Amino acid sequence: MEFGLSHEQTLLQDSVRRFLADRVPLDRLRRFADEQDDAEIWAGLAELGVAGLLVPEAAGGVGLGHVEAALAAEALGYHAAPAPFLGTAAAAPTALAGAAHDDLLGSISAGATRVGLALGEAVGARADAGVRQQSGRLHGRALFVTDYPADRYLIADRERRLYLVAGAAAGLSHRALTTIDRTRPTGELILDGVAAEPIGEDPARLQRTLDVARVMLAADTLGAAQCMLDRAVAYAGEREQFNRPIGSFQAVKHLCAEMAAELEPCRAMVWYAAHALDELPEEAHVTACHTKAHLAEVGRFVAKTATEVHGGMGFTDLLGLHYWFKRIGYNRQLLGAPELLREEAARAQQLSA
Amino acid sequence: MDLSYGPEYETFRQEVRDFINGHRDAAPKGGGPRDPANLAWQKLLIEHGYAARTIPEAYGGYGAEPDILEARIIAEEFANAQVSPGLGGQGISMLVPTLLEVGTEEQKREFIPPTLRGEMVWCQGYSEPGAGSDLASLTTSARLVRSQGERGDEWVVNGQKIWTSTAHLADWIFCLVRTEPDAPKHQGISFLLFRMDTPGIEVRPLVDMTGAANFNEVFFTDVRVPKTQIVGKRGEGWAVANAILGHERDSLGNPNATLQRLNALIELMRSETLDGRPLLEHPVYRDRLMKLQARVLAMRCNDLRVLSAKVNGNADASLARMIVKLQGTELRHELEGLAIDIMGELGLAYGDNPYLRGHGSWQSQYMYFLGLIIGGGTSQIQKNIIGERGLGLPREPKVARG
Repeated sequence: MEFGLSHEQTLLQDSVRRFLADRVPLDRLRRFADEQDDAEIWAGLAELGVAGLLVPEAAGGVGLGHVEAALAAEALGYHAAPAPFLGTAAAAPTALAGAAHDDLLGSISAGATRVGLALGEAVGARADAGVRQQSGRLHGRALFVTDYPADRYLIADRERRLYLVAGAAAGLSHRALTTIDRTRPTGELILDGVAAEPIGEDPARLQRTLDVARVMLAADTLGAAQCMLDRAVAYAGEREQFNRPIGSFQAVKHLCAEMAAELEPCRAMVWYAAHALDELPEEAHVTACHTKAHLAEVGRFVAKTATEVHGGMGFTDLLGLHYWFKRIGYNRQLLGAPELLREEAARAQQLSA
Repeated sequence: MDLSYGPEYETFRQEVRDFINGHRDAAPKGGGPRDPANLAWQKLLIEHGYAARTIPEAYGGYGAEPDILEARIIAEEFANAQVSPGLGGQGISMLVPTLLEVGTEEQKREFIPPTLRGEMVWCQGYSEPGAGSDLASLTTSARLVRSQGERGDEWVVNGQKIWTSTAHLADWIFCLVRTEPDAPKHQGISFLLFRMDTPGIEVRPLVDMTGAANFNEVFFTDVRVPKTQIVGKRGEGWAVANAILGHERDSLGNPNATLQRLNALIELMRSETLDGRPLLEHPVYRDRLMKLQARVLAMRCNDLRVLSAKVNGNADASLARMIVKLQGTELRHELEGLAIDIMGELGLAYGDNPYLRGHGSWQSQYMYFLGLIIGGGTSQIQKNIIGERGLGLPREPKVARG
């Protein structure tokens, strides 16, 4: 019985963390917020194997599992690092598994191809958005597409079918959408009879792709929230008022303890959800829903509380804490906010009609 | 990651199951600690190694090597089968481990075997009216006096304890007393053992909010205790007590028991109706249920991590362990509260009310777990521990000693 990280997993985690600590300090993050260019960060991560973690070795990848992928996602969240991880490195290899796309997977793994993720339709139809398929071509609009701009896009339609579309396809136009999170370039796709390649007929493929993406978003929140907690604890230990560090006041100490008490079980929960994607197929879906929903709730609590511990400085741009606050907010909304996920978990257990 | 316990342990699990199935009829249903059926069951469990498993045979145990997974399997199987896992109580769960660590050979031989058999029932004399969270400020005193004749030197104990569970049933008490009034507060405490029928002890029951009277106030007036009935050295009782408090905290907030309650709550929401429809179909109630299910899952995963760290000894899960009492008791309290909420006025039923659901357990557990949030180190004390020992935040400045 072993429910913890192996030596190899710890090494992987350390190498990604070290790389990000070195390459994505706060001033680099600020520059990205303006320029939206992460080319050298993603190239470096691809060199470390992050882009190809989930790509089978036969297709040129590293061929590791979802626990390793979750550790990478957590590290990215910890550093609020810009990188096309969610669509390109996490969702695409799952969506394309066994679908005769080894060349594409190899190119993903090398960091050469980016795959944007446009699965919003599968989570729920919203006004202004909507993708439908007609005679093999896609029409409509996909909003809040991640890993934008990309070379290819994974798109879900209203019938919960999955398609692959080239970024340069005729009839496809797109533009960037501003969101709260400047570390996650996001866009919209306008589809006017775009040639689309359907991927498989089995709806389980879309479900699994969603499950993987949701667990990775949860892992990203785990990392981001851990960073905010660490910074709050450090600040509370240094900042003095009334001639004492504010962390010696129970009012502040207890805020930190509450964050730790909520967040620490989340680490095991993310490990478990990632492990379930590989080894516990009958639990994987419900666990993915619950894990993303729960991390969204705990993440929101930590993001608010850690900011409060920093007092007025937390509210300013000077400390940059807001990048993490917004990243956690972004993860919460994307691919299912908590109430929708809980309802999905209830349905999957036949607890809801 | 490997969540299976492995084939050897699964063989062991099957042995436990076979034992339970073969002896289920002999298992006691409730009954107090002195019930002959409970004592006979305890004897049988020790003989087969399902109680007192790792206590040496010389002290009346089964004498197996400690094995975390075996202990876990036994606990799981007895809980799943809803069969009594044998006697509990503070003597077995707290005093015995302490004596094994710091007791003398004579004390181990004298006290451990009858305690394990259930023939010697203990209560714990720690808290006092003026010493709750600040336990080390306790003032119950023990003065050593020279006695003439065959009685030898004796401690004379005066003072009061409170929240003393099962004091009204106990044969003996393990008790923290101040023996060095001039020493700094943590260094003036000693750990004494004495009989509850010693002259000068008065037990008054304390009725709690559930209506039960499981704990008591205990008053000591010139209670004479033989000098030898001290565990550890004079003035070292605080260290002895802290070893025991660790044992207590580990047992509160068990997520597997919470999972069983969650499943009972789901059944309740299937069977109870509102306007003719099962409560599960009410979207607001269902959302609250799912929220709790996620939190129970998180605590079960946390428990697996702590278990794995104990078994393999290769990972730091100290913070994960430190938060269990705080999170586990609060979560359980909330879960019981949801059951009450969804029942509307039916949630008020109590005692002999003919419309009681779940034998009234939802209300009584809701209140009982509020007691556990407070007892065994309040949630606020837990947050101090997490903040200071877990996160390394500075301690509260010491107020000058008055």
